[in-house]
Amino acid sequence: MSWFTRKERGIQTPTEMKREAPDGLWYQCSNCKHVMHTREHKLNAFTCVKCNYHDKIGSEAYFSILFDDGEYTELDKNMLSGDPLQFEDTKKYPDRIRDTVKKTGLRDAVRSAYGKMDNIDIVISCMDFNFVGGSMGSVVGEKIARAIDHAIKHKIPFLMISRSGGARMMEAGYSLMQMAKTSAKLALLSEAKIPYISLLTDPTTGGVTASFAMLGDFNIAEPGALIGFAGPRVIRETIGKDLPKGFQSAEFVLEHGFLDFIVDRKDLKDKLSSLLLMLQ
Amino acid sequence: MSAYLDFEKPVADLELKLAELKKLADTTPLDVSEAVVRLEENIVQLRKEIAKNLTRWQRVQLSRHPERPYTLDYVELMCQEFIELHGDRTVRDDPAMVGGFCNMDGQGMLILGQQKGRNTKQRQQRNFGMANPEGYRKALRLMKLAEKFNKPIVALIDTPGAFPGLEAEERGQGEAIARNLKEMFMLRVPVICIIIGEGASGGALGIAIGDRVLMLENTWYSVISPESCSSILWRSWNFKEQAAEALKLTAKDMQTARLIDGIVEEPLGGAHLNHEVMAQTLKKVILDNLAQLNQLSPEERINQRIDKFCKMGVYVE
Ligand SMILES: [Zn+2]
Repeated sequence: MSWFTRKERGIQTPTEMKREAPDGLWYQCSNCKHVMHTREHKLNAFTCVKCNYHDKIGSEAYFSILFDDGEYTELDKNMLSGDPLQFEDTKKYPDRIRDTVKKTGLRDAVRSAYGKMDNIDIVISCMDFNFVGGSMGSVVGEKIARAIDHAIKHKIPFLMISRSGGARMMEAGYSLMQMAKTSAKLALLSEAKIPYISLLTDPTTGGVTASFAMLGDFNIAEPGALIGFAGPRVIRETIGKDLPKGFQSAEFVLEHGFLDFIVDRKDLKDKLSSLLLMLQ
Repeated sequence: MSAYLDFEKPVADLELKLAELKKLADTTPLDVSEAVVRLEENIVQLRKEIAKNLTRWQRVQLSRHPERPYTLDYVELMCQEFIELHGDRTVRDDPAMVGGFCNMDGQGMLILGQQKGRNTKQRQQRNFGMANPEGYRKALRLMKLAEKFNKPIVALIDTPGAFPGLEAEERGQGEAIARNLKEMFMLRVPVICIIIGEGASGGALGIAIGDRVLMLENTWYSVISPESCSSILWRSWNFKEQAAEALKLTAKDMQTARLIDGIVEEPLGGAHLNHEVMAQTLKKVILDNLAQLNQLSPEERINQRIDKFCKMGVYVE
């Protein structure tokens, strides 16, 4: 039962770390606690074989699921955050970035790549929640903007996978303007009549919801994902009572008319390529 | 003059003294006129001193001054005529967002913005200037009308944020703001956006995509309010002054960062001390900028608008 104690401890650690535990033969679902083989979990598109809980995976996993043979070319791989405001709260911003880069092996909260998906050319930008809560600073905005530029230039569809707490406070005004920048690029993508699919995953809130995530020709989501503008805590404080069950879930957002459909991650690739083929 | 902010205390003291002196002038044969003039000069001097040394947090306080002019005050002071238009044609009319066509010195234009209330009842009715999705959708509907009739758009921004409520989420607050951002980039008419009070986050940006984005001198514009920033990053509400410093949210900061196009000067001590002068200054700024923007074709304006926002951001490669 030694693996079990390790997993118990693992509940306190971020999902990615759990999944990539050095002797990570076993994976425990953080929803139903079912234990399965890591390979089985991966083959199941990182969803639980028992309860279908969609694990909060990052760009690496999505790229491996969506690109044919896991092959892709990454865009703007080396872009790193600046510190335009010399921001300091309990920690200096550059220190926070440096520590996060070291901890996650990522350079910021989004990665962009192009390649083939069921033999269809596609550009994908995917957020990494591990990196400062998937928050949007200048790097996130610029990398998404350039991914869209790539899509326009080569006339290939754009898929955005969002998983973000919203703005990156340490970039203050710059962070806010990334909402504008990405929306401007999407307006150009629209003019060029190139399909834009926005996949919202758990969680997608704040300035990300209020910009590119809600601007898809097709807004789609993973089951159970929390999707909203204001976070649940803020809303609870505003209205002074508990929120109804299922409030701000993907199913709730679909019901209210802001999503086209909810897609199981295991069907994601098939469904996206079918849709894109119909538009060709 | 009634409401003084904490840092205006020395001015309040002098103004009280001045009032007493003036009262004395009526009841005593002594000539106090010279003393009155001297005191008045002292007050101006003191106001100048204070203005020179305002901290970022103090500017936030000024931006929220209860006597500060709001959107409809400017409309009344700047325009000869105004016809207010209501409703988003889908859900309801949002009193936190107002708009309509106006005549400003013979120039027809659309003017819109968030509206705060002056007293308790109005504040509730206006929801403290926090618009719901239907407010953003009303704004977009009116902007599209302006585009259709080839009239310029002036947006006055003054909000502590888009409303974080239950119904706001049900009706798609995020989608409403996002749509405005995208659509405003493609408007073929000139768009001038001015932060006249508080410019909080997406709720402000939702009507702030323009050919010119300007800020009044004593306003703030950022991704989050200093209070919320304090509560999230310091896990306490007590670091709002530090948060305001860290966020660099004043007009001067935003201009230095090249995130806005210009600053509009306020009367000494702040816009709340002289609505008339503030409104006339703002009117001149609007008409001057419109004259410049009218020199450009719609395509040039749209391209420059997009390029400007796309250049914002700092990163290393
Ligand atoms: Zn499970």
